[in-house]
Amino acid sequence: MRAADAAAIAAGLRIGMPATKAQALVKDLVVNDADPQGDAEALDRLALWALRRYAPIVAADPPDGLVIDTTGADHLHGGESAMLADMIERLAAAGFAARAAIADSWGAAHALARFVAGPMIVVPPAGNANAIVRLPIAALRLPADMVDSLRKLGLDRILDLVAKPRAPLALRFGPELGRRLDHAMGRLSEPIDPIRPPDITEVRRVFGEPIGAAETIARYTGKLVGELCDVLETRSLGARRLDLLLHRVDNRVEAIRVGTALPVRDAKRLTRLLTDKIETIDPGFGIELMQLAATIAEPLVARQTISSLIETPEADVSDLIDTLSNRVGEERLYRMAPMASDVPERSVRRVAPIAPESGEGWPRHWPRPARLLPVPELIETVALLPDHPPVTFTWRGIRRRVKHADGPERIFGEWWKRDAELIAVRDYFQVEDEAGERYWIYRAGDGEDLTTGSHRWFLHGIFG
Amino acid sequence: MSASAPPAVISDLRERIQRLEGSTARRRTVLPFGIREIDRILPGGGLAVGSLHEVAGGGNGAIDGAAAALFAAGIAARTRGKVLWCVTKPDLFAPAIAQAGLPPDRVIYVEAGDEKSILACFEEGLRHPGLGAVVAEVARLSMTASRRLQLAAETSGSIGIAIRRWRRQTEAADFGQPTASVTRWRVSVLPSTPLPVPGIGRARWQLELIRCRGAESADFEVEGCDDEGRLALPSNVVYRSSQKEIGRRRTSA
Repeated sequence: MRAADAAAIAAGLRIGMPATKAQALVKDLVVNDADPQGDAEALDRLALWALRRYAPIVAADPPDGLVIDTTGADHLHGGESAMLADMIERLAAAGFAARAAIADSWGAAHALARFVAGPMIVVPPAGNANAIVRLPIAALRLPADMVDSLRKLGLDRILDLVAKPRAPLALRFGPELGRRLDHAMGRLSEPIDPIRPPDITEVRRVFGEPIGAAETIARYTGKLVGELCDVLETRSLGARRLDLLLHRVDNRVEAIRVGTALPVRDAKRLTRLLTDKIETIDPGFGIELMQLAATIAEPLVARQTISSLIETPEADVSDLIDTLSNRVGEERLYRMAPMASDVPERSVRRVAPIAPESGEGWPRHWPRPARLLPVPELIETVALLPDHPPVTFTWRGIRRRVKHADGPERIFGEWWKRDAELIAVRDYFQVEDEAGERYWIYRAGDGEDLTTGSHRWFLHGIFG
Repeated sequence: MSASAPPAVISDLRERIQRLEGSTARRRTVLPFGIREIDRILPGGGLAVGSLHEVAGGGNGAIDGAAAALFAAGIAARTRGKVLWCVTKPDLFAPAIAQAGLPPDRVIYVEAGDEKSILACFEEGLRHPGLGAVVAEVARLSMTASRRLQLAAETSGSIGIAIRRWRRQTEAADFGQPTASVTRWRVSVLPSTPLPVPGIGRARWQLELIRCRGAESADFEVEGCDDEGRLALPSNVVYRSSQKEIGRRRTSA
């Protein structure tokens, strides 16, 4: 037996068991032949998907893993944990049960993903050693017989191994043990050989003498972008995602990834996006090879624009959107669009800044506050039930006398969303205190029936 | 109206100062408020386009910045093109901004993590020639930062509005520090326009022009933005006498 799903493990089956024994243990067991070739191909396809979606340096880590160098790519996905969560969610949607870890070295991330992550873990920078010392030795990617012999010697955890002198261990087990330990601790670099899709649009430049200065890198970036744009033009494509890989003389690869909202073939604009990020790379002892690839390219054909003589057309802001989204992250840049919901916090949704303009708005018959508190805050009130606004209310320790009020505006729960909202009611009032400050407050419940809400008052927004 | 027509000597001096400032290459355009009392005070008859303006709330408004945001939205609504709105915490309620005349299709929000990146996004937006207005909610604005923003706004010709918003009331004293912005406003809420029936009328603001390059400071009592972003003078200020007349007519009838 090579693999088993959660149900099979629960039924008492173990990996490594003979198939006949498993069939004897469980009636009507579904047995499929192992297909290592097919698995490897599927893993490569998954690696290509991760390359297009997440980071420029991705490789398959057979038999069951992917290794991704996220340096300089997580900003496009809102940080490391957000990126991991998104990855796990997408894989789950595709039917994969995935576990993921981010650490300083490949070895540590490999160990944490398989032994700790449930289903994800992010180790802070320089927290490698602390995170892995308590793990069993099997986490070090050592051959199975070596793990067995180490266990016989009483070395169960990485902690035990770290404490032992190196020389006797190397004499007995060879250099592999020390090397793997250093890989996991991040003391020895372990280059990732990135997967390259066969149909990718790519240009490269080899340097006789390694380069290192930021200005030089910027100059050659500009030249590479020019070449790439020429190639893209012959294929009538525009780049959606660009990866600049800088191979250092010490065999490490530094990467810059930029994304654009629409396909782009403008060399100046793409160069600007890439050179904005040059400060994030570390050239080390020098860079000997630069590789620029359009990882995602989409059709971009020249189109005739209709020019109206009467009014000036609305200016194109997609270049600004690209610059900003590469700086702060794609999901931090958005437009608001109306949602058909009466519940205030659900009436807005975020759409991409370049989403087509709908021309829709919100109904205008009730005023809405300029600031909406993320969570409605409980206030103390003196109010007449069922349908009068409060006479006074206390918010954040300050008591305010209500001078004028408008309301109630009754909002019913959305029964199709949750059972609890079937009879939930909120009565909103706009109130103004003596100083003229206007607030949006509501009472949970209709004021008569306690099942419709707690009858407590909340402050939800501030009018201008 | 002798104040509206300054003597020739002063206008000549102003011209010479403008030439020193180096902004004569491009003709200065303005965005009028459409209210004579305010436009008369502002140089050029309106809010200068291609420059940085500061808005803060008064009292509790220094923290929530609700009226200041609506005031900024009203100005942005009267420009052409998209509007970039840089925020640190996303508590702006888009329906209210739409009610101030700025439809959701026109506003692009940037949620920057900290003050530093918000200023960077603000500047990037101001350098872009295609935007109508760029609004940013910032707490600190140093002389250096505001000078950069002002220069960026001059190159592109879009209006930059910095909504000053602080975490605590005590930090609002920062508003006294000098910056390179062209005008500085403070918007405080006032009791709303009284209605003959129970309810709340149109919002009223105390609009203080604290500082304006090339003009005197002043303060106005205005009614909040309508659905096209325009302010208005309260009727009891404009037609004070006619109100009395209505009363008299009614008593005589």
